[in-house]
Amino acid sequence: MKVLAAMSGGVDSAVAAARAAEAGHEVTGIHLALSRNPKSYRSGARGCCTIEDSNDARRAADVIGIPFYVWDMSDRFHDDVVEDFMAEYAAGRTPNPCLRCNEKIKFAAVLDRALALGFDAVATGHYAKLRTGADGLFELHRAEDPGKDQSYVLGVLTQDQLAHSLFPLGDSHKQQVRAEAERRGLMVAHKPDSHDICFIADGDNAGWLREKLGDRLPNDGGDIVDQATGEVLGRHGGTTAYTIGQRRGLAIGRPAADGKPRFVLDIEPVSGTVTVGPRERLRVDRISGIKARWCGTVPERLEGSVQLRAHGAEHRAVVRVIDETVEIELVDPAEGIAPGQAAVIYDGTRVVGSATISATARSEALR
Amino acid sequence: MTDAPERVYLDHAATTPMLPEAIETMTALLGRVGNPSSLHASGRDARRVVEESRERIAQSLDCRPGEVVFTSGGTEADNLALKGVHWARNGAAAVRTRILTTAVEHHAVLDPLHWLAERGAAVELLPVDASGRLDLDAFEASIEADPDSVSLASVMWANNEVGTVQPVAEVVEIAHRHGIPVHTDAVQAIGILPVAFAASGVDALTLTGHKVGGPFGVGALVVRRELAVVPLVHGGGQERDVRSGTIDAPAIAGFARAVEASVADQQKRAAHLAELRTELVRRVLAAVPDVQVSGQAAELLPGHAHLRFPGCEGDSLLMLLDAQGIECSTGSACNAGVPQASHVLLAMGCSEAEARSSLRFTLGHTSTAHDVERLAAAIGPAVERARAAAQPRGLR
Repeated sequence: MKVLAAMSGGVDSAVAAARAAEAGHEVTGIHLALSRNPKSYRSGARGCCTIEDSNDARRAADVIGIPFYVWDMSDRFHDDVVEDFMAEYAAGRTPNPCLRCNEKIKFAAVLDRALALGFDAVATGHYAKLRTGADGLFELHRAEDPGKDQSYVLGVLTQDQLAHSLFPLGDSHKQQVRAEAERRGLMVAHKPDSHDICFIADGDNAGWLREKLGDRLPNDGGDIVDQATGEVLGRHGGTTAYTIGQRRGLAIGRPAADGKPRFVLDIEPVSGTVTVGPRERLRVDRISGIKARWCGTVPERLEGSVQLRAHGAEHRAVVRVIDETVEIELVDPAEGIAPGQAAVIYDGTRVVGSATISATARSEALR
Repeated sequence: MTDAPERVYLDHAATTPMLPEAIETMTALLGRVGNPSSLHASGRDARRVVEESRERIAQSLDCRPGEVVFTSGGTEADNLALKGVHWARNGAAAVRTRILTTAVEHHAVLDPLHWLAERGAAVELLPVDASGRLDLDAFEASIEADPDSVSLASVMWANNEVGTVQPVAEVVEIAHRHGIPVHTDAVQAIGILPVAFAASGVDALTLTGHKVGGPFGVGALVVRRELAVVPLVHGGGQERDVRSGTIDAPAIAGFARAVEASVADQQKRAAHLAELRTELVRRVLAAVPDVQVSGQAAELLPGHAHLRFPGCEGDSLLMLLDAQGIECSTGSACNAGVPQASHVLLAMGCSEAEARSSLRFTLGHTSTAHDVERLAAAIGPAVERARAAAQPRGLR
């Protein structure tokens, strides 16, 4: 096959490209330039958007012995990922830009272009397994390495996208991948893993949002209100600094009557009200999801499990599908679930699909 | 994996292979000891190589040997001319704050000027026509608005991307009427067009080794003795006290040999390149009838074919051709990596999409009819594919 390997400059995508080449595919490496101004994005070895990362990817391609190019996806990335990230925060939700990037950029804009240019598939360094099911459909499964499993951020991929994807690292553990990189002479073998959001240079999401949103900020402050009493406990400088389940940075200044810490329970972007309360109020067991996407056959009702954040725990759940929406009953309640995050639905290790969380609730059992 | 395809090199404006005689001259010297600034016999031998090289270049370019200042290449020579002359002229009369140039210069000119502009200089990027040729009326009007405030003018001999030859003689005539010195970046022109320093009237001229079949890392600024130049690099003052750094005798010798050979061959080479270029354009047009040829209304460098492929991304096309061994460029190589719409094309009035749809094929001393043949066979299917890639399938 002719394979396009997306190379971030990190160790995983470098080894993925090397494995694809070794498997006999005709591999071409590309680095995605996602920033309009590379200097404004994160510097150093943590991210995936810098000139340095592009050079690391290029050197890895040299060592593997494959052609290498940089594809400018900065406009698409800005429109589909960064703008969406800002709009979601402005609406009081907590989006996951990595899912969005996989859905709109890596396995859409890049894949489309690759197919048109005569490639058969896109290979990435994601930790996830691709299998062919008994029904002949492509199945996406959790990776062998539970600590690195990235099936969650791939939960937005459809059958057509999976049919043109390669995840050469799904059966490996991270340590093996690093050792293999070393053995192959890839200089990125010991490069630290990337974390956080690649387009926010210093990890200060709230500061970045304040600067970028400017006039579009939903509010520039509001009351911090106690959920039980309705009492105003303090003021804050803007709701984009908060996410459901957050404990730090509330600046309430005095403990609750029961001496227990308080957490963000709800965010009202228009009034700017942040409601806080005790930890047990964070527990939810009902989740509504919109914009459902399915990897294969659409289920009507599924007894399986859901994952509600990247590297989050798995919760047993019953999922019902109604058109483009899902209703999820959690057997194992979850805490601090923010609208905007993705609920990825699993049947065992298999990814069934995903939805964007629109609302959460507490059933009688939790009251 | 399949065997690598035979390579067809159509990117001579980025760099051209070293001439065999230049390789011979340079490598023969690499084993010799001797710093040209040393006083002993080995030093004198090395110095002799450098001075003979300077004389060869002077002979080839119609200048005096003392006017040749060796540098590390074209970029340093451009920086030295622009900053060095501006600092000297502005230092002599503070009213001289304006620097006039064209909107289509190489980054080696635009970036130092941008840097000077951040420090108080008033840089004017004068417009070009649809072929990339400087608008002389605008140039003249800009000078005459306030001649005393102009520090210098810099106009390239020929454009590196499109190949447009600039009206340097007219620029000199207008500028000299007001006593304004003229610099020209002639990196693309040496050995391709007739370039005579003294006859041209320019006051400073940039050339570089690797574009004329010499080595990388060496070039020169030819600059009139009467023109004061403030140095950029301070040290031993080896080059006329204008440029410091130990003199690279082997590279300079290889460079001089290449200048001499390419200038001697200029007429013959230009005719050969023009013939190949005509055939290249004809064959590409036959395969892709809606191709647009840039700069056609102007005089162009004979080996340059700058083509725009409507509906294509140039970088898609480049990748598809590269996979077949056919090597070209989307703009100047300095832009390679993250593709951006060329400032040259935008200045010529192209839209961003038009600018991004272009490829530059440049022929040189090793080019053959077979190269053109290979391109002609590959371009049609590549364009078809690149067009499809520009129309998203919409997997979402």
